[in-house]
Amino acid sequence: MEEDNLNNMIVCENITKIYKNEDIETVALKNISLKINEGEFVAIMGPSGSGKSTLMHILGCLDSPTSGEYFLDGEDVSKLNDDELAEIRNRKIGFVFQAFNLLPRTTVLRNVELPLIYAGVSPKQREERAKQALKESAFPDKFWYHYSNQLSGGMMQRVAIARSLVNDPKIILADEPTGNLDTKTGEIVLETFQTLNQKQGRTIVLITHEPYIAEHAERIIRIRDGELVDDSKNHHQRIINNKK
Amino acid sequence: MKIRDLISEIFISLTANKVRSGLTILGIVIGIASVIAMISIGQGASTQIQGNIESLGSNLLTIVPGSVRPGMGIVSSGRGSAQTLKNEDVDVILKINGVDAISPEVSRRFQVVSPSGKNTNSTIFGATANYAYVRNVSMKEGVFISDTQNRSLARVAVLGPQVAEDLFGDEDPIGKSIRINKINFYIIGITAPRGGGGFVNYDDMIYVPLLTMQKVLAGVDYLSAMAIKVQDKNLISDVRDEIIYALAEKHRVDPQNPDFTIVSQEDILGTLNQVINTFTIFLASVAGISLLVGGIGIMNMMLTAVTERTREIGLRKAIGAKEHDITLQFLIESVALTFIGGIIGILLGAFISILISKFAGITTTVSLFSILLSFGVSALIGIIFGYYPARRAAKLNPIEALRYE
Repeated sequence: MEEDNLNNMIVCENITKIYKNEDIETVALKNISLKINEGEFVAIMGPSGSGKSTLMHILGCLDSPTSGEYFLDGEDVSKLNDDELAEIRNRKIGFVFQAFNLLPRTTVLRNVELPLIYAGVSPKQREERAKQALKESAFPDKFWYHYSNQLSGGMMQRVAIARSLVNDPKIILADEPTGNLDTKTGEIVLETFQTLNQKQGRTIVLITHEPYIAEHAERIIRIRDGELVDDSKNHHQRIINNKK
Repeated sequence: MKIRDLISEIFISLTANKVRSGLTILGIVIGIASVIAMISIGQGASTQIQGNIESLGSNLLTIVPGSVRPGMGIVSSGRGSAQTLKNEDVDVILKINGVDAISPEVSRRFQVVSPSGKNTNSTIFGATANYAYVRNVSMKEGVFISDTQNRSLARVAVLGPQVAEDLFGDEDPIGKSIRINKINFYIIGITAPRGGGGFVNYDDMIYVPLLTMQKVLAGVDYLSAMAIKVQDKNLISDVRDEIIYALAEKHRVDPQNPDFTIVSQEDILGTLNQVINTFTIFLASVAGISLLVGGIGIMNMMLTAVTERTREIGLRKAIGAKEHDITLQFLIESVALTFIGGIIGILLGAFISILISKFAGITTTVSLFSILLSFGVSALIGIIFGYYPARRAAKLNPIEALRYE
């Protein structure tokens, strides 16, 4: 880690990931080095099979690299065990998934509270913070006590965004967050991310295979066959303006 | 994760699938309820028989003719078939220290006819005046046989309440006469009900004087049994030994292999309790099998739940659940199922045993022991059958779990 960059949120150095399946070795990532600063909105783009999901899993502390080092918020997390990784995920990372992954038959509020439940936060504080996160992700308060499976896709994804915000994470990792949504609701979700990035300075990493979606970010990292092929500033970022 | 949050999580997931949770609980309910009911029947029967046997007289030794072959038990010894016990033996035993009273007895079945022509086949019991004292008989009406009546071969009879009802219905039998084996007997009393003890129904008997029985009715000179009341409980084994030696000497047989058998109440109680215990264990193991099946049901449900909720588990792990959080959640979920099943099962089992004692007339006792046992067993089943699914859930790889379709 370089001393002059105190606001480096993510530092990856020569990350390699090899999957061993009996005798066959599959190289998913080759020598990936990258840095993401605090407050950046980065898209990681690549076709399916490019290794972007593997990269996302490593960035999200769901998996450890075979070799190389990964510093998240100044902490070396490449050699932690499962339970330590779980704690890092709980404190520093917010996930937004393509399939929303909300608990069914559970209220919106409780879904958002879930990471705080595992963090051991008191019920009163949990409720406060969950409501705050729901407001930040522009989720209408009249649905707070609805069951998550009664909501539309766009609404569900906003609950998921609120859940990713609730523990005040260092980075938000969004894995194809618009993949299950139509264009219009997808834009609303992307707008939410842009707002969070611009108004609150949240660090957001967006994983997608669609160039159109990636163009909503400030910077685009392209991956192909496990290698980083391009990392450049997005000079024509699509900004979604509030229509109201 | 805090316990309170854990409980509310479990509540949410159990109520999410009410039918399945309900059916799984039902499996445990049936298992626990049958264990409780079976044990309560066994214990109830044991208490009842103990009470019955004690009501037949305390500190009692019974001598029956013939020897008991090892392993054959008292039932197969053919009570009454051997003719080795004689009236003179009574005097030998009376000399022994610690003997309070002796009741020599002869019993045989005869046809009995009432004045109105009603017929019954009953056990006729030749007894002396001591019988009522030794065997703890009390009278409902009239008097028991006296020594004078015995000596004079009087043709008098005392009826058991069952016989009295069979032969006379609502009429008062005292002062009337019945014909036993075509000989007229004058009724002088009716005994109070005692109920059945083991294999004999003491209410279905007719008592006549011993000598009348031997000389007039049966034409025999031997006894079918002698009941001996010992003065003190602690003397029973001493008296027993002395009787064996005295009688063996009189009969000129080897005391190690006498031609009679002495049975104490404890022996009978012990044998009966052994039978009841075996029976209870048998019933409880049948019930235990259903409990085991219930446990497998729990495991089945939990495994299904783990598969079904793979993505949920993946998500929980992704947002920070540690392995033990997941283990605990699934483990406590299965324990909660068996616990609820256990409570309902205990209530149902107690209810069933109340019904059984009400309608089948079998005394049942729901003991604290059986309740604690079933509670422990049900919790244990939850832990044993929940552990494997819980570990399986906890070991899931979050990445694969999140991808699971």
